Amino acid sequence: MPFDPKKHVMPTQDPAIRATNFKEVALGYSPTVAKEEALRCLNCPTKPCVAKCPVHIDIPAFIKKIKEDDLEGAYSVIAESSSLPAVCGRVCPQERQCESACTLGIKFEPVGIGRLERFVADYHNENSKTKASKPESNGHKVAVVGSGPSGLACASDLAKQGFEVAIYEALHKAGGVLIYGIPEFRLPKKIVAREIEGLKDLGVDIQTNVVIGKTITIDELFDEGYEAIFIGSGAGLPKFMGIPGESLKNVFSANEFLTRINLMGAYLPENNTPIFHAKKVAVVGGGNVAMDAARCARRLGAEVSIVYRRTEKELPARVEEVEHAKEEGIKFELLTNPIEILGNEEGSVSSLKCIRMELGEPDASGRRSPVPVKDSDFVEDFDCVIMALGTSPNPLIKNTTAGIEVEKHGCLIVNEEEETTRSNVFAGGDAVTGAATVILAMGAGKKAAASITKRLLNK
Amino acid sequence: MFKIVSKKILNPTVTEMEIYAPLVARKAEPGQFIILRVEDDGERIPLTVAGYNREKGLVKIIFQIVGATTEKLNHKEEGDYIPDFVGPLGVPTKVEGLKKVCVIGGGVGCAIALPIAEKLHELGAEVTSIIGFRSKDLLILEEEFKNASDKCVVMTDDGSYGNKGNVTMPLKEMLEAGEKFDCIITIGPLIMMKFVVSTAKPYSIPVTVSMNPIMIDGTGMCGGCRLTLVKEDGKRVTKFACIDGPDFNGYEIDFDEAMMRSRQYAEFEKKKREETCALYKKAN
Repeated sequence: MPFDPKKHVMPTQDPAIRATNFKEVALGYSPTVAKEEALRCLNCPTKPCVAKCPVHIDIPAFIKKIKEDDLEGAYSVIAESSSLPAVCGRVCPQERQCESACTLGIKFEPVGIGRLERFVADYHNENSKTKASKPESNGHKVAVVGSGPSGLACASDLAKQGFEVAIYEALHKAGGVLIYGIPEFRLPKKIVAREIEGLKDLGVDIQTNVVIGKTITIDELFDEGYEAIFIGSGAGLPKFMGIPGESLKNVFSANEFLTRINLMGAYLPENNTPIFHAKKVAVVGGGNVAMDAARCARRLGAEVSIVYRRTEKELPARVEEVEHAKEEGIKFELLTNPIEILGNEEGSVSSLKCIRMELGEPDASGRRSPVPVKDSDFVEDFDCVIMALGTSPNPLIKNTTAGIEVEKHGCLIVNEEEETTRSNVFAGGDAVTGAATVILAMGAGKKAAASITKRLLNK
Repeated sequence: MFKIVSKKILNPTVTEMEIYAPLVARKAEPGQFIILRVEDDGERIPLTVAGYNREKGLVKIIFQIVGATTEKLNHKEEGDYIPDFVGPLGVPTKVEGLKKVCVIGGGVGCAIALPIAEKLHELGAEVTSIIGFRSKDLLILEEEFKNASDKCVVMTDDGSYGNKGNVTMPLKEMLEAGEKFDCIITIGPLIMMKFVVSTAKPYSIPVTVSMNPIMIDGTGMCGGCRLTLVKEDGKRVTKFACIDGPDFNGYEIDFDEAMMRSRQYAEFEKKKREETCALYKKAN
């Protein structure tokens, strides 16, 4: 077989069609294509990809199993290190992690590791008939706060060890950012639902509609007999720019816009959740959340521009999301920063005033920071502005729990065991790191589960 | 699932319900709110707590029928269930240390003002209540207010009951007559609260207002409930009603902005409610 210098292309829905629906964009490899892609892996002895994976999946080992047509075997290899392969195969920034280190990538395109991971996980989900059952109880109770990636991973590992685990979720549906943040077209909700069902099969009790810090406090959880608590409450607090006009109607945080659409189904015509159907939307920011908001707005029928103050190279979003956004007709106003939102007499957004930027000298972090170009401001008409500038951790638990300390950005302080400044209270994910990735959160949840196991079982 | 234990029609557009939600009832305090959903895939709506019974695990809500969700909630009966009910959210109204307070409620806002008046009364404060409605048929909770107040004045816009006029009229008279309240606590339409603030201003009496903006999660996540406070030095500060409020210093609120923002989904709400009403009509 001739050697293919390029990754096998991921089949996708046609851009013109998908820009009008919320169905999944990337359709996944077929078994034949997956095997051909697997055969591109050199199985090199140094395994640089493994070192770059935040949870150190034995990547060459699972790819080898695909080559051998042992797909359940491949799944088992991934499952040793990851709790959410069907999710991470879809949302990990592979180009900055495993695939960035691929030996093949030195001369050619790297192996499509993420696509293969997704293929294996989807195969397993469709074909595996084995249902997990609740392991014998070890008699210890642990509470998990938040049902996002870190909480799910932590609960899963603990339940497998025989702990009695309860997850407390503030919203009405479990899944955290996987449910309220990442849209259906990038991560179908049935995949998340399957993970949640799997946890229930393991005996995990999921309590929705409970806000820890309000409905129940951390101290009350201890009083109820929980011996350890894991906080995976994420980074849910939206940032605004602090420019004039941000309080106008039709200026939204990406969180609000996405939650209405994803969690509350506002894109379905029969749904009662209000959403603004804009004609022309500016999304401010360049991360995955900005891409998600832009592509949702597009699907609701708007013309959309991403406004980002640095260049394309610095866009924090996954490369694939940027490509998909462009294919769907989203414009990119790069090296551009909003300075004021202008409104009409009804108090609604009418236009956005921006200034052009250029990259200045590298700052302390080595990044070239953008500086405004003098007299370059301009006004463009928009009827909606969505702020996707990042999020910070929610102070609700810190404010209602003695002994839990945070650093200056509001992130919970933990030690190497993922334990907070309060004994037997552990934490991980965005609540500790600030907004980061699903896989890092999942990894932290697993690590905390190991620490809790060690602590409570004296292992 | 959360059971509707009782339902009472207070007037043609306002309904009271008691919901069995022991975790919320255990902690709820006057001024806090809950968020509920009436059906799966439905929207989340915030409602301020109108009362609670900790022993029985009941939380009282009083709501005005304004959109599709409240319309649907109003079609639920005693013994029915709603899927979601979460709280208590927000910061309780500060009542400790107050000796002489004027509580002013307007319309359905009286439902939220009542537990505050009751709490103050229970703590031994002297409570003057002023409650206002558009007309007699919209009057609610008069008896309850009388029981919780040393003095209670009822106002109607059209004079069909009590005194004719709005709530600022008796307030102004009292202030002019030299009444010295430690604090005025007001809950009702934004425009009413705005005028209560301007009436109290010349007398430098602190005014607490209860804001009820559009929100989704109630935990600080969506930012939809943001308000602008204008500080004494003119600095504008953004606050989230769900976690920083719902109570704020009335002198700092930018009411015009809040009024404008409250109309974000007004048209959508109206349309969806009409659709929902049409569906119910068809079903009947």
